[in-house]
Amino acid sequence: MYSRFLISALFAGACAGLIAGLLQLIFVQPVLLHAELYESGELVHFGGAAVTAHPDLPGFDAMRDGLSLIFTMLTYTGYALILLAAMGIAEDRGARIDGRSGLIWGVAGFVAFHLAPGVTLAPEVPGVAAADVSARQVWWFATVATAGVALWLIAFGRNWGVWVIAAALLMAPHVIGAPEPDVFTGPVPTEIGALFAARALGVGLAAWALLGSFAGYFWQREGVNATAEVAGNA
Amino acid sequence: MTTKTMTRSNLRMMPAFFALALGVAVISLTGHVQAAALHDAAHDVRHATGFPCH
Repeated sequence: MYSRFLISALFAGACAGLIAGLLQLIFVQPVLLHAELYESGELVHFGGAAVTAHPDLPGFDAMRDGLSLIFTMLTYTGYALILLAAMGIAEDRGARIDGRSGLIWGVAGFVAFHLAPGVTLAPEVPGVAAADVSARQVWWFATVATAGVALWLIAFGRNWGVWVIAAALLMAPHVIGAPEPDVFTGPVPTEIGALFAARALGVGLAAWALLGSFAGYFWQREGVNATAEVAGNA
Repeated sequence: MTTKTMTRSNLRMMPAFFALALGVAVISLTGHVQAAALHDAAHDVRHATGFPCH
């Protein structure tokens, strides 16, 4: 059973992470590099003269972008482990887990891990003003955990009482509020910041949908293999 | 009957919690630990994935 979790998570995480990493390089990285021109002071917003919206950006950097790919694959393998833990428990309680139903698990994972924290702590371009990183990380983990529990209650709850609790859990972190900076110091134009957040969430949704589907597919496949081995040994 | 169900559930629960713990450890490492080397290597990913970075 341990190997079924590990093998499914490794395959699903590596596949979805590789695609997520490539999508990020194509759609998110140029926006990040553009923002860094403002962070470093090479471009200055509100400096009197109008600034071009299409400056020359650094191209592909094998070391930097290669590391990004590896870390994206690792991150999505971590997501896959968490997602499969939930899938395994749900299957034990009668839910059907395969590539098709995995899609909705993936979308739910996106909501818990990207959208729920992103609603108040939007994905940040480099250089924006933000509160202390440890405080934001605590808020991030708390928000992801409450959203995860809330989605589980929505999916497997059987009455309105449970669904109302789920809605309250989803809203609570945002009503309480995330750590905020005391002053704004970000040098990056708002157009770049907004595009970055939108792109990060869009790529996250695509990657998570794939991750859920792959996780469901490999989970079911590993289950069939395990059953075949047991039957073969008998 | 009850005993059998309990045993089967426990067999599934332990690996599931193991996977959950390992998963949280992995994303803490790639997304949250502030050690300089890790932060620099994972910098772009942390921003693009919406983790609090700096």
